Amino acid sequence: MALKIVKGSIDRMFDKNLQDLVRGIRNHKEDEAKYISTCIDEIKQELKQDNIAVKANAVCKLTYLQMLGYDVSWAAFNIVEVMSSSKFTYKRIGYLAASQCFHEGTDVIMLTTNQIRKDLSSPHQYDTGVALTGLSCFVTPDLARDLANDIMTLMSHTKPYIRKKAVLIMYKVFLKYPESLRPAFPRLKEKLEDPDPGVQSAAVNVICELARRNPKNYLSLAPLFFKLMTSSTNNWVLIKIIKLFGALTPLEPRLGKKLIEPLTNLIHSTSAMSLLYECVNTVIAVLISLSSGMPNHSASIQLCVQKLRILIEDSDQNLKYLGLLAMSKILKTHPKSVQSHKDLILQCLDDKDESIRLRALDLLYGMVSKKNLMEIVKKLMLHVDKAEGTTYRDELLTKIIDICSQSNYQYITNFEWYISILVELTRLEGTRHGHLIASQMLDVAIRVKAIRGFAVAQMATLLDNAHLLTGNTQRNGICEVLYAAAWICGEFSEHLEDPMQTLEAMLRPKVATLPGHIQAVYVQNAAKLFATVLRKHEGETDSHAAQETSQLLIDRLPLFVQSANLEVQERASCILQLVKYIQKLQQKKVEVAEEVTALFAGELNPVAPKAQKKVPVPEGLDLDAWINKPPSESESEDEKPKAVFAKEEPKHSRSRHTEVDEKELARRREARKREQANNPFYIKASPSSQKVYDAPGVEHIPVVQIDLSVPLKVPGMPMSDQYLKLEEERRQKEKAERKKEKKKKREKRGKERKADSGPESEEDIAPAHQVDIVTEEMPENALPSDDDDKDPNDPHKALDIDLDKPLADSEKLPVRTHRPEVLKSPAEDRVNESIPQETKKRSGKEKKEKKKGKEKDRKRSKEEKKKKKHKEVEEELLESHPEEAVQSEETKEAATPPTSTSAEASELDFWLCSAPVPPAAQEETAPSSAAAVDTSSAAAPESEPDEPKDAEPEDTKSSKHKKKKQKKEKEEKEKKKKKRHHHHHHHSNAGGEDSVQNGTVEEEEPLPPMSNYFLLAENSYIKMMKEDADQVYDIQGNHQDESKVVVSVIFENKSDSFLKSMEFNVLDSLNSKLQRPEGAGAHDSLTVPFQLPPGISNEAHFVFSVQSIVMPQKLKGTLTFIVKSDESSTHEKLDFKLHFTCTSYLITTPCYLYDAYAKLLESGDLKGSSLRLEGINMPFHHLLARICFHHHFSVVERIDSCASMYSRSIQGHHVCLLVKTSDQTVSIDAKCDEPSLLGNVLDEIKQTFSKC
Amino acid sequence: MIKAILIFNNHGKPRLIRFYQYFAEDMQQQIIRETFHLVSKRDDNVCNFLEGGSLIGGSDYKLIYRHYATLYFVFCVDSSESELGILDLIQVFVETLDKCFENVCELDLIFHMDKVHYILQEVVMGGMVLETNMNEIVAQVELQNRMEKSEVSDQ
Repeated sequence: MALKIVKGSIDRMFDKNLQDLVRGIRNHKEDEAKYISTCIDEIKQELKQDNIAVKANAVCKLTYLQMLGYDVSWAAFNIVEVMSSSKFTYKRIGYLAASQCFHEGTDVIMLTTNQIRKDLSSPHQYDTGVALTGLSCFVTPDLARDLANDIMTLMSHTKPYIRKKAVLIMYKVFLKYPESLRPAFPRLKEKLEDPDPGVQSAAVNVICELARRNPKNYLSLAPLFFKLMTSSTNNWVLIKIIKLFGALTPLEPRLGKKLIEPLTNLIHSTSAMSLLYECVNTVIAVLISLSSGMPNHSASIQLCVQKLRILIEDSDQNLKYLGLLAMSKILKTHPKSVQSHKDLILQCLDDKDESIRLRALDLLYGMVSKKNLMEIVKKLMLHVDKAEGTTYRDELLTKIIDICSQSNYQYITNFEWYISILVELTRLEGTRHGHLIASQMLDVAIRVKAIRGFAVAQMATLLDNAHLLTGNTQRNGICEVLYAAAWICGEFSEHLEDPMQTLEAMLRPKVATLPGHIQAVYVQNAAKLFATVLRKHEGETDSHAAQETSQLLIDRLPLFVQSANLEVQERASCILQLVKYIQKLQQKKVEVAEEVTALFAGELNPVAPKAQKKVPVPEGLDLDAWINKPPSESESEDEKPKAVFAKEEPKHSRSRHTEVDEKELARRREARKREQANNPFYIKASPSSQKVYDAPGVEHIPVVQIDLSVPLKVPGMPMSDQYLKLEEERRQKEKAERKKEKKKKREKRGKERKADSGPESEEDIAPAHQVDIVTEEMPENALPSDDDDKDPNDPHKALDIDLDKPLADSEKLPVRTHRPEVLKSPAEDRVNESIPQETKKRSGKEKKEKKKGKEKDRKRSKEEKKKKKHKEVEEELLESHPEEAVQSEETKEAATPPTSTSAEASELDFWLCSAPVPPAAQEETAPSSAAAVDTSSAAAPESEPDEPKDAEPEDTKSSKHKKKKQKKEKEEKEKKKKKRHHHHHHHSNAGGEDSVQNGTVEEEEPLPPMSNYFLLAENSYIKMMKEDADQVYDIQGNHQDESKVVVSVIFENKSDSFLKSMEFNVLDSLNSKLQRPEGAGAHDSLTVPFQLPPGISNEAHFVFSVQSIVMPQKLKGTLTFIVKSDESSTHEKLDFKLHFTCTSYLITTPCYLYDAYAKLLESGDLKGSSLRLEGINMPFHHLLARICFHHHFSVVERIDSCASMYSRSIQGHHVCLLVKTSDQTVSIDAKCDEPSLLGNVLDEIKQTFSKC
Repeated sequence: MIKAILIFNNHGKPRLIRFYQYFAEDMQQQIIRETFHLVSKRDDNVCNFLEGGSLIGGSDYKLIYRHYATLYFVFCVDSSESELGILDLIQVFVETLDKCFENVCELDLIFHMDKVHYILQEVVMGGMVLETNMNEIVAQVELQNRMEKSEVSDQ
C-alpha cells in the first residue's frame, strides 16, 4: 500500500503538467495533431490511476485541449470524480473542466446532484463558491429542480461573497425550472436592498434580465427601482436600472413622466459616459412612449439630440458609434430634430470605420424626404463607387434600394431617375443582391404604369448589352437583373421601339450560359415578343418580315430545347412547336397575330406578400365543422385519405360562395375603387390610365424630355446625375412658374395629387411625372391581423409568470425531507408553518381563503370604478386649474384607498400619479401643499353634492361618459387584475423606507390574528360579518365636508333554507347617513342584491356619507329577510349595530421622506397626545405591523426600538406617531391637527393591544 | 447577458474561451475563427463594437472587444448590457490580470489558462457580471490561491 503511494508520487514527478503540455505543443508546431494525440493517450493512462492528484492534473490538461477544439466529453466521469475531491485545489479543477464541457446532453450530470448539494452546504465558502460558479454553466432542468431550494437558502448566507453568487445563479435556475420563480421571488426582491453593494448589484442584474423579457410582470417593482436609482451611486447598478426602466416605460407612460426629471438631472450631472449614454437612451424610450398624446417634451428631445451630437462629434469612435445608434432611435418618433443634423451624419459616411458608416446609413434611411432623396442617393452612389470590400458595398446597395422604395416609393418624385439608378447599380461587380435590383425593376415597371415605356427601353438596352453583365455567370449574382429585363421587355412589349432587335438579343446563343430560371423567362418572353412582332407586321402587306421572325425562332429555339434545365426545355419545345405551326399558317397567308396575342392577353398585377393568408373565412363557413360525420375511431387508418379530402372541401364551397355573391362583390369593388380614387397615392389603375396624364390640371407640369441614350454607354458622367440636374432646373422653373401663376395654382392644386405630408413643406415638390402606383392586390375584406412573431422556443416565455399572486402551498420548492435540514431559512419556516396544523383546520382555512379571493375580485372591480370616477373629477380639475396640479395630486394621495385587496396595483398607481417633484422640492412642498389643499378645497364649491352614490355600482351606474373611460382604461384594468396581491403584503411595496421594516415583519408575522372581519350580528339563520372598516373611500376627493365610507358586509346563510328578499336598513344619525338610491325616502331600506342558498355567503357593500370624522360613530340597523324552505316561508329580522371607528377614517399613506415628516412635526400645527401601554410582550416589529395593519399607519423610519409612523385621514388630517418600546412598555407619542380624532385613534390603538 | 468571452492573439490562436451557452467543440472553433476574422481586420483606431458574427447570436448580439498588444479580448453580449460598461469591464478584467500576474503578458495566459479562468470566474458568472470592483476581485482570487497553497503544503 505504502509502496503504491510512493510509486504514485514518483510517477507524478514525471507526469506532464499543464505547462509542460503547452510547452510541448509549442515545440511541435509541425506535427501538433500527432503530439496531442500522444498526450491524450497519456492523459487516458493518468485518468486510470487512483491518485486524485494525477487525475486532477490530467483533467486540467484536458480543459486546455478542449479550448483547442478537442472533444473531451469522454472524460466526463473522471471530471465528476475530480469535482468530488475533498481538496479545494482539485475540486476547482474539476468544476472548471465541467463548466467548460458539460451541457444538458451530458449524462453524468445526474450523478453530480448530491455532490453539488454537499458542496453548496460546505462550511468553506470557496467550496460553495466554486460549486455555484460551475453550476451556473451547466445547470440542467433536473439540477435546477433539485437544487433550487438549496440555492435559495444560500441567498441569505452570512457571507456576501456567497450571497451574490447565489442571487446570480437564480436566474439560470429560473430559466431551467420556471416553477421556482414565484417561491424565490420575494427573497430575490429583498436582496435588492441588501447591505452589500455586490449582492444588491447581482439582484438588480437578475431582475433586470427577467424584466427585460417579461416587463409587465415587474412593473410593480418600479417604485423600488426608482428609489434605488435616486439613491445608488454605483454606476453599474444605475446603468442596469436605467436600462430596465427603458424596457418598462412602453408599458406605463406615467412611469416615463416620472422618470424624465431624475434622468435629465443625471444627464447633466454625471461624468461617466456610459451612464450618460444609458440615460439618454432611456429618455428616448420615454419620449417614444409618450410621443402619442403628450404635450411636447421638446426640451428633453433637444437635450438628447444635443448630447448625442457631442458624442458623434467626439474623436472617440466608440462614442461616435453609440451616438449614431441612439440617434436612430430618436429618428423614429422625432425625425425633425434629427434631420437638422444631416450634415453630421453625411459626414459620418466618410468615416474610416465601417461600423460607423453602417450606422450612419441606417440613419439616412429615416432622414430622406422628397426634397433630398436624389441628393442623398447621389452621395451614396459615390460611396458605392469608392467602396472597398463587397460587404460594405452590398450594404450600400441594399440601403439605396431601401431608402428609395420605403413607404411605397413615397419619396420618389421621378421614377425615370430611379430606373436609371437601378440600371447603374447593375454595373456593380460581384454583388450578391442582383435579385434585389431585379425585383425592384419588376415592381416599379409593373406598378408605375407611366414609367413602363421608359423602363422597357432601358431594359431592352440591358438585354442588348447582356454580355457586359455576365462576365462570370457562375459567381455573378447581377445576372439576375436579366430575369427582370427579359420579363419587362416581354410583358410590356407594346412599348418597345424595335421589338425585333430585342427578340434577337434574347435568342443569342450566349443566353444558354445563364442560369436555368433566367433562360426559362427568356424563352417565355421571346414568345411574347414574337406575338408583338407578328401583330406589328400583320397590317403591312409584306408578310416577309413576319415570316422571317418565325424562322428566327425556329432556328434559335432548338438550342433551348436541348437545355439541361427541365423548365427551359419544356417551355422551349412547347413554343417551338407553336411557332412551327404558326409558320405553316403564315405560309397559307392566314392572319394569326390576333390569336397569338391572345395567348398572352390579360394584365398581371402584383399580389401582396401576405394576401393568401389574409383571405377571410366567409360568413357562415365553419372550417372546423365536419362536413361528413367523422369516421369511427377504429377505421381511422383506412379513412385517412378521405379526411384529407374533407379538409379541402371548404375551399370549393368558398369559391362557390363568392360566385353567388356576384352583386355584392361588384358593389365592394366599386367601393374600393372609389376609396382608392380618393386616396391620392393609390390611384387605381383604370384601363384609361394614360388619360390621367393629360387630365386637366396637370398640363402645367413640365414633362421633361429625356435623352434616351443608352446609359451603359454614357462615358464618364453617370446617367442619374442628369436627373438630379434636371430636377433642380425643373424645380427652379416650377418655382418661377408658380410665382407667376400663383392664383391659378390654387385652384389647380386641388385636383393635383397632394404630396404626402413629409417634412420640409413637401407640397412644393411636384412629381416630375404623373404616376399611378398600382397597389398590391389583396383579397377583399382582407383581415388586418398581424402574425405573432414570437419565437415559441424562447425559454423566457416560460418565465412570464405573475409574481404578485400569493404563493400557494403547492408552489414551494421541493425540499428533500429525509435529509436533516441544517440551514433552515425563515422563509421555509413560513412555508412549513401550516403543515403541523390539523388538516381539518387547514381545509377550512383554505375555503375561507378562496371565498375571500372571490370577494376581492368583486371589490376590486368596484374600487376601480370608483377610482375612475375620482380621476374624472380630478381631470376636470386639472383642466380648469392647471396650476393646482400638484395640489390635486396631493389630494389624490389622500384619497387613494388603502385596501389590502388591490394594494399593489393601487400603490403603483399611487406612486405613479404622485407628482414627479425632485426630492429637494418635495421636501418643501409636500407638507405645506397638503395643508393648502385642506383649506383650498374646503372652500371649493360643492358642485355635485347629490350625485347618487353607488351602493351597487354594477347595476346603477352606467353613464356614457363612464363607458368611454372604461374603454380607455381597459388595458390598465387588465394589468391591475393580474396584480392580485397577497393580503399581508400590502404595506410592503409602498416604496418608502417602511418597506424595509415591514418587509421583515412579513416574514415572521404569524398571520391568523390579522383577520379583517369581525362579527356584526348573528342569529340561527344568518351571520353578518363586517370588514374591519378597512374599506374607506373618499369618492369625491374635493368635498371634504362630506366623505364617503364604504362598508363591506358578508352575509352567511347558516340555515338550510333559502334566504331571499334581504333588506338592509340603518337608522341615520345627523352625522352619518346611508346612501340610498335617488328618489328613495330617508327611511327606506336597501335591497341586498343577491339571495343566499343554504350554506352560502356573499358580500354586499353599503356606502355611508359621513360629515365629521373626529368621533367614532355607532349606527343601529336592521336586516329583514324571508326564509324559504320547502313547506313554508317566514319573515325574519336581525338587529345589528354598525361601529365606525376613527381608525376607519385613516388611510395608509406612505411618507417617503423623513425630512418632510420632520418638517411637518416642527410646523407647530399639530397637537400632541400620548399613550402608554404596559405588558406588551410581542416583538417590536409585530407591534408595528399591528398598528400598520389595524390602524392604517405606515412606518416612516425605524431606529432600533423606536419608530415614527404616519397616516392621514380621509379629510386630510395628518396623524403622526412616535412609538418607543423598552421591556414590555410601549409609549406612543402622537401628534395630529385634530385633537379629538387623535384621542379616539389612540383609544382604539389601546383597545387593539388590550385584546391580545 | 454575456454569451461568450474569447481571448485570442493576433494570429487567432485561442488563449481562453468561455461560452455561457453550449456549443459543440467544432462550432466553438468556428466561432473563434469567424470572430477573429471580423476583429482582426479592423484598425486600432476604429470603434470597439461590431455587429454581425452570424454564428454566435444574431441581431440582438454585439461583439465588444479590446485589443491589447498581442491579444484580443472579445465579449459577445446582448442588448441588455451597456456597451461602454462592457468596455470598462474588459479593462477591469485586464487590470486584474495585470495585478495577479504582475505585468501580465501573453505568455502568462498561455501557460496559466486555468488561473485566468479562476480570475474570470470572479468577474463574470454564468454570463452575468458578478463583480466590478477590482480590489474585491483580487482579494478573492488571492484568498483562494492561499487556500490552494496551504493544501499543497499539507501534503
